[in-house]
Amino acid sequence: MGKKMQIALTVNGEAHELLAEPRELLIYVLRERLNLTGPHAGCETSHCGACTVEMNGKSVKSCTVFAAQANGATITTIEGLGSPDSLSVLQQSFREHHGLQCGYCTPGMITRAHRLLQENPDPTEEEVRFGISGNLCRCTGYQNIVKAILAAAATINGAKEAAE
Amino acid sequence: MNDLTPTPEDRTAKLKGLGTSRKRVEDARFTQGKGNYVDDIKMPGMLHGDFVRSPYAHARVKSVNADAAKALPGVIAVLTAADLAPLNLHWMPTLAGDKQMVLADGKVLFQGQEVAFVVASDRYVCADAIELVEVEYEELPVVTDPFKALEPGAPVLREDLAGQTSGAHGARRHHNHIFLWETGDEAATNQAIAAAEVVAEEMVYYHRVHPCPLETCGCVASMDKVNGKLTVFGTFQAPHVVRTVASLLSGIEEHNIRVVSPDIGGGFGNKVGVYPGYVCSIVASIVTGKPVKWIEDRMDNLMATAFARDYWMKGRISATKDGRITGLHCHVTADHGAFDACADPTKFPAGFFHICTGSYDIPVAYVGVDGVYTNKAPGGVAYRCSFRVTEAAYFIERMIEVLAIELGMDAAELRSKNFIRKDQFPYNSALGWEYDSGDYHTAWDKALAAVDYAGLRREQAERVAAFKRGETRKLLGIGLTHFTEIVGAGPVKNCDILGMGMFDSCEIRIHPTGSAIARLGTISQGQGHATTFAQILATEIGLPADSITIEEGDTDTAPYGLGTYGSRSTPVAGAATAMAGRKIRAKAQMIAAWLLEVHDGDVEWDIDRFVVKGAPERFKTMKDIAYAAYHNAIPGIEPGLEAVSYYDPPNMTYPFGAYVCVMEIDVDTGTHEVRQFYALDDCGTRINPMIIEGQVHGGLTEALAIAMGQEIAYDEIGNCKNSTLMDFFLPTAVETPHYTTDHTETPSPHHPIGAKGVGESPNVGGVPAFSNAVHDAFRAFGLRQAHMPHDHWRIWKIANQLGLHG
Repeated sequence: MGKKMQIALTVNGEAHELLAEPRELLIYVLRERLNLTGPHAGCETSHCGACTVEMNGKSVKSCTVFAAQANGATITTIEGLGSPDSLSVLQQSFREHHGLQCGYCTPGMITRAHRLLQENPDPTEEEVRFGISGNLCRCTGYQNIVKAILAAAATINGAKEAAE
Repeated sequence: MNDLTPTPEDRTAKLKGLGTSRKRVEDARFTQGKGNYVDDIKMPGMLHGDFVRSPYAHARVKSVNADAAKALPGVIAVLTAADLAPLNLHWMPTLAGDKQMVLADGKVLFQGQEVAFVVASDRYVCADAIELVEVEYEELPVVTDPFKALEPGAPVLREDLAGQTSGAHGARRHHNHIFLWETGDEAATNQAIAAAEVVAEEMVYYHRVHPCPLETCGCVASMDKVNGKLTVFGTFQAPHVVRTVASLLSGIEEHNIRVVSPDIGGGFGNKVGVYPGYVCSIVASIVTGKPVKWIEDRMDNLMATAFARDYWMKGRISATKDGRITGLHCHVTADHGAFDACADPTKFPAGFFHICTGSYDIPVAYVGVDGVYTNKAPGGVAYRCSFRVTEAAYFIERMIEVLAIELGMDAAELRSKNFIRKDQFPYNSALGWEYDSGDYHTAWDKALAAVDYAGLRREQAERVAAFKRGETRKLLGIGLTHFTEIVGAGPVKNCDILGMGMFDSCEIRIHPTGSAIARLGTISQGQGHATTFAQILATEIGLPADSITIEEGDTDTAPYGLGTYGSRSTPVAGAATAMAGRKIRAKAQMIAAWLLEVHDGDVEWDIDRFVVKGAPERFKTMKDIAYAAYHNAIPGIEPGLEAVSYYDPPNMTYPFGAYVCVMEIDVDTGTHEVRQFYALDDCGTRINPMIIEGQVHGGLTEALAIAMGQEIAYDEIGNCKNSTLMDFFLPTAVETPHYTTDHTETPSPHHPIGAKGVGESPNVGGVPAFSNAVHDAFRAFGLRQAHMPHDHWRIWKIANQLGLHG
């Protein structure tokens, strides 16, 4: 145990200040202190990606980030990507294309896909597969996840074109 | 009638019933991160529990000193076997009729075994305290090889069984022997094989693997001492069984125990068993009076709960010169680990392994299975399969390939020649099963045509020639499988778990305004029950699936059932759902007749309503009937519209499928690329094609993992070598190929809607398809059998041993 540290985080647009031990992991701060249970712990070794959140515009595995490292960071979790009244295009697309089964990997997967489409708005199938390769799914075999992400990209790009 | 009257097609479509690719109702919640998994549960005052685990695979526990741990601020208790012994909970019964230590009682028998349970204010304090518990071990000789375990001088593992020459499944002939289970006619089989023109013999090993769902196992136990009620939330594939077992073990009456399976992050068999973590959490909650949460980490999960397979299958198969199979003999050495905790129906210690005659008409057969103790984790669960069916399918599909080599015959032709013909169903197998239905030749021919099998073989021959000329270093493998499953356990007459019959149930309550809630004895772990069971009901009772809530997993509200595993939900609970729906419809018919002022027999069912025969303009919809059921005083009919059905299936169901995997193999690197995978499944009546396809994709990917890299291996001193996701292969989107799915539809004759179950077929059929592709690539160079997993190193070794590296 170490002395607790004062940590400031902006999560899904909301500012939080809290005290955390230096060894406390971001995933547990999010889940147990801020009650954001969308990100899940699947391995605690960075392999499975169920804990994926966005930190300062990058996808991170929150199970291997100390809360202290996130001090001052802007974080987005699945809870910040859509609302019950307005699902994001990706959330809708996952439903439409049956891109989830047990739902355990889904928050991390969608959060990762969201960042992927920011980084590469018009990916090929191969790029999508590589882009989500840090996120494991045991149920779907990925085929419908890939389909959902490609369809979401097309929808977003179509909407952009229509607006231009 | 006018233009606004909906057509029958419109009315049917509105129901979103059987056969509709209805979008899932679960997804709105899951896509927003609003699932409710066990680790999401928070209760006031909740404590955390976790285990001190053994670093040794076999050792005497000399002492456990928890003083330093208990002195750490925030530590509430440290439980050891000595604390559990007065409650008689230091051991617990397993599902297989053996017993298992809850906490190490004098010795440990596998690495990762639970030694002490630390209860603390939070997970960090708990982890610190685990480090402070001092355990003194004295190492003992380790045996991880089941053949060596049966040698006369092998270390004695289970000292608690000293002198016991018989166990739950008959005689034990050695101190590490658990049982010998036999079926079939051995003498006649040996005779057939001895007299045969051609015999193929092979040892087929199906290695030890792990279901590894993305969510590990865990629970929150909460003993409310004020009202005497114990509530346990947990990752339970069979919550009702857990309640009964918890009651029997604890002495708490069953009405005072509520077991809840919340959302489950994948099960695949991992969450069928009862684990020490559940028992310790319950005891800790009773002791402390506070809720106690226990959540496995990934290492705990891979090391300690629920391995699968680990079957050494020695086979002999005989045939005539022209390829007609005459007999099959199989002896299995089954490595069960330290305790026999296999999750099989009680009367079947080797599960349904004796479905190993597969899709073939084999006149005589024998199976003998020797269960053996080793210093490995207990488990033996059905990892995405019905009990030991994957082992059986892998065995026969390898034996067919080996026989084809022996005969010098094409493996597709050999299969076709020996398939049980359509006119032979119902078919009684040599090992005692009654196959309910099937049309194997149709499925097989469709599959071979879809992949242009003849063309593939031509390409393969050309490739081999090019390889021999030095023009390529890549070989082409064509992996064939025709599997037959046996799922839907099962008839209570021969299927039970610890005496609990394997029926299942559905309870339906129709609301006055024409919507409904149905509760089942099963529990979804991603299969989409909330979506599909509503579809079964929609077709049965004529209310839209969107107006039907499905609930499962809470033993206080759901009817008793045996849970979800072994593809049993649709065959058993799905049948109960249809039957309960029919009871609703029967009462609705009387109400409709009364409302229409005709006799009961004068109305007939039409999609979503009862109509007067011959006068279709006179009708009452289910919605009208629902309201009347509650609010009209109908003479001779009780108010309300509810039904319950407990369904005891008359037989298992027998889904089947034809898979073809086309694989490119690089001889120099051992890497592979799945160029094409075609999967034809016949699961009888199809409830939701979208969900079926998703199940097939997922099951094939688990099959890919198992065949091509996944294993739980031990070194000689019993260290588990694959206890993290660094070492335990789970395919990513990059390694996972694209799948083409297809189907035929042969309804089950005994199931109310003809459905058979599909969730596990792709794993059962997928593993031999991938593995056969690897073998087939090297067939021209003399390969007969190479054990899985076929990772790059092992494929390289095959090539090397065949002299292909020059």
